[in-house]
Amino acid sequence: MRDRETQERYGPDVNRRSFLKGSGVAVAATAIATAAEEALAQDKKATSAATSSKAQDIELTINGTVHKLKLEPRVTLLDAIRNDCNLTGCKEVCTTKNCGACTVMINGKAVYACTRLAVAEQGKKITTVEALSAGGKTDPVITCFIKHDATQCGYCTPGFVVATRAFLNEHPKATLEEIQKGLGGNLCRCGTYDGVAKCALELAKGGA
Amino acid sequence: MAEERKFGWGPRQDNVLIGKSIQRIDGFEKVSGRAKYTADMNTPGTLYAKLLTCTHAHARLKKLDVEPAKKIPGVRAVYVFPAGDLKPEGSGEIFWDGTLIAAVAADRPEIAEDGVKAIIAEYEVLEHIVDEEDLAAAEAAKATKAVGKNAKGKVEDALKTAKHVHKGYYGVNTISHMCLEPHGTHCEWKADEVLDVHASTQNVSGLAGQFAGPLGIDAAKVLVTANFEGGGFGSKFAADEWGIAAAKMAKETGKPVKLMLDRATELKAAGTRPSGYIDVTLGADETGKIIAWDSHHWGSGGISGGAIPVGGVPYVFDFENRNRSATQLNCNVGPTRAWRAPPHPQLCILTHCAIDDLAAKIGKDSYDVFLHNLEQTAGTAPHLPATYKAEMEIAAKLIGWKEKWHPHGKDAGKGAIKRGLGMALHTWGGGAGGCACNVKIHADGSVESFVGSQDIGTGTRTIIAITLAETFGLPLAGIKVNLGSNKYPASAASGGSITVGGVSGAHRRAAQTALWKIFDLVAEKYKVDAGTLAAKGGSIVSGEKKICTWKQAAMLLGPMGLETKGEGPAEDGLTSSRVGGVQMADVSVDSETGIVRVNKFVAVQDCGLILDELTAKSQIYGGVIMGIAYALSEERVMDKKTGRYINADLQNYKLPRIGDIGEIIVDIYQPDSEYNRGVIGLGEPPVISPGAAISNAVANALGVRVPVVPLTPQRVLAALSKKGGAA
Repeated sequence: MRDRETQERYGPDVNRRSFLKGSGVAVAATAIATAAEEALAQDKKATSAATSSKAQDIELTINGTVHKLKLEPRVTLLDAIRNDCNLTGCKEVCTTKNCGACTVMINGKAVYACTRLAVAEQGKKITTVEALSAGGKTDPVITCFIKHDATQCGYCTPGFVVATRAFLNEHPKATLEEIQKGLGGNLCRCGTYDGVAKCALELAKGGA
Repeated sequence: MAEERKFGWGPRQDNVLIGKSIQRIDGFEKVSGRAKYTADMNTPGTLYAKLLTCTHAHARLKKLDVEPAKKIPGVRAVYVFPAGDLKPEGSGEIFWDGTLIAAVAADRPEIAEDGVKAIIAEYEVLEHIVDEEDLAAAEAAKATKAVGKNAKGKVEDALKTAKHVHKGYYGVNTISHMCLEPHGTHCEWKADEVLDVHASTQNVSGLAGQFAGPLGIDAAKVLVTANFEGGGFGSKFAADEWGIAAAKMAKETGKPVKLMLDRATELKAAGTRPSGYIDVTLGADETGKIIAWDSHHWGSGGISGGAIPVGGVPYVFDFENRNRSATQLNCNVGPTRAWRAPPHPQLCILTHCAIDDLAAKIGKDSYDVFLHNLEQTAGTAPHLPATYKAEMEIAAKLIGWKEKWHPHGKDAGKGAIKRGLGMALHTWGGGAGGCACNVKIHADGSVESFVGSQDIGTGTRTIIAITLAETFGLPLAGIKVNLGSNKYPASAASGGSITVGGVSGAHRRAAQTALWKIFDLVAEKYKVDAGTLAAKGGSIVSGEKKICTWKQAAMLLGPMGLETKGEGPAEDGLTSSRVGGVQMADVSVDSETGIVRVNKFVAVQDCGLILDELTAKSQIYGGVIMGIAYALSEERVMDKKTGRYINADLQNYKLPRIGDIGEIIVDIYQPDSEYNRGVIGLGEPPVISPGAAISNAVANALGVRVPVVPLTPQRVLAALSKKGGAA
């Protein structure tokens, strides 16, 4: 399988909550945004091992809407989007930035929402799959996925759709080989890769 | 009436929708992220549940203290599973890593995780056995059980007279289902003590009783909904102990509870496909006809059975003289569940790799040996030899078998990269499952159907809509399909490729029954012969003459419209069973790194009447890709020392990605004779042959057999070094 560390879609190299809560602060500090560092430092000071750190007011800008939330610093971006904003197109599957089911765009770049902290993504432009078919407009990636039946159970599909959109934005004339590399950050269990590749290739040929 | 009214499909050439490539009708919901799966249920007040599992392979739970969890603010309920219950005295023995001990429901998932961490569980660790391949060690540990033995003909004599004898060892390791939406439910108690369950299930109509029993309520008070399901592959038929836990915690807290398994528990506890290993001796006469098979196979399906039964080998073929026996290893590993086409993929590997090596021993092209022995598949079904022959010819052309094939290990490439071809064939039943449905024609001509089936990604909604639209001569948009609820007429669980036949047959019957009634009303009103009427293009026609529009015809039904029932299966020709299927692989093997790549894979598949070619092909692509996964990379890795499932995550449980599958050619074998058989299920068959076909291609490339699947680089290199270095 492809070595995923070479992919540009890698999020910061931090593990999830358990890591962030405990002894990993020093390591994490080198990798994640300042706001999160501070939050983590506060988190560590303010809490004992058994209880949670305090929730704080945060604002996430998702699909152009500002969501005012009260969340602990350890809450992942994925959980915030799915549970607190009820935008459930992005899915939780691996929680270890391996499968891409949680893919959203931050400032136009595809990222894994499962290993980012909500608190660290304030002030950024977050786009979820729901935005690709909003306001009466449907992104051609969506219609093309349907055309090529690039979905079976459909659970990985929204993540693939966002990854495809972000990839084509950066590589509008991608070749099949580039598509296979560029979409290598997402996993499907049902085996819809053939349809996904056909879709991306068709859009790339038509100028995305 | 001009002719007797009989259920049946129309002439193939008249079909407007059936057999064409039709986009799935729920495609937009799925692709746009609008589809709500069980894991997406966020009704107000929903609590999130997390699990404590035992991570010892074999242990005795000495102490379980859940009180610290209960003290955490935001924790609302703690549930102890039967394995965590220390009463009565002497209980508490845990038999595999991943066993569920307790669940914590809290206001937020991270608080539930705090709760899980706060629980104190103490174990006495006991001896375990997790090596499913090592038969001798399991026997020494008295962890085996003979599961059958039978004989036919005179194997010893046949082997003595055989011109060619091959002895081989083959195996396939355990894999997990790896459903991307984990198993789980969202449970909410509603007014009048009704339990409203959203479940990630393949079994909408069969779950109510499974909840009702343990909860002590009437099944009539359990609502089950599964509008979408994120993968099951045979593992999602049950309410499961975690479903009951969610319902009980919802009851206790008066709030909805969502309990989805975490990834590790999903892999450890929610189903695996059992391993299989075989020692086999085959004999062939001078023509290459196989005349003797003598085998013993073993493997593990967990601590309480579930290993591959004795009767499955030799697969597809049967030989005049045949002995077989099987042993089950009671390993401390998670339990098995049905995995897509159980246990055919393993049987195919255990049999067709052996036949391929026998062909090499004879010095013949594997294709010719398979072909020469096809008559010996007639015991599985009389039509199979002819089907396989036709499909082998098509597949061989598509992959260029005659041009590319070479004897095993000879002329496979000058450098480190060796190239080879392999094939295998398979069979599956796929007969229609039980199904009842209601089809309602409203007075305005709109049509809807109600069926307690489910769409697990296979396209159930779409093929129902196609069936009704074709029958009534309407566009797909004129049909509303309601499924995924146990409020609708009961339909079988979706497993074993029985759904497409079940629902299409029942809906065709309901629709034809309705149409005949409408024809009678139209005949009376417009003074035409009902026997000449047909529904086409939104109208009722008699020959070339339009009698009335569909809407005008529907108005004749009166304000209440018409509701008809459809049932099945029935022996009326709408559905059938038993397919073949041939697959061929073209691989490259790097003999220095051991990496195998599939260059091209050809799948030729018969499946009777195709309702939707687009979704049918998707099933085949999907089956092949799952096959490439278990052939090359995916497996459960049990650590012998600790007894733990050490790759129960998506980082180390290796699945192919979009660039790892090579070129896949799907060819549906569908002469008129197949159309005339009626509908047959397609989900299982294409996943069966890839393991054997790819293993055979690697053997062809290297001239050495890599005996155990998946063919990881380590196993390829080990096989090469046993042979004496790079090929």
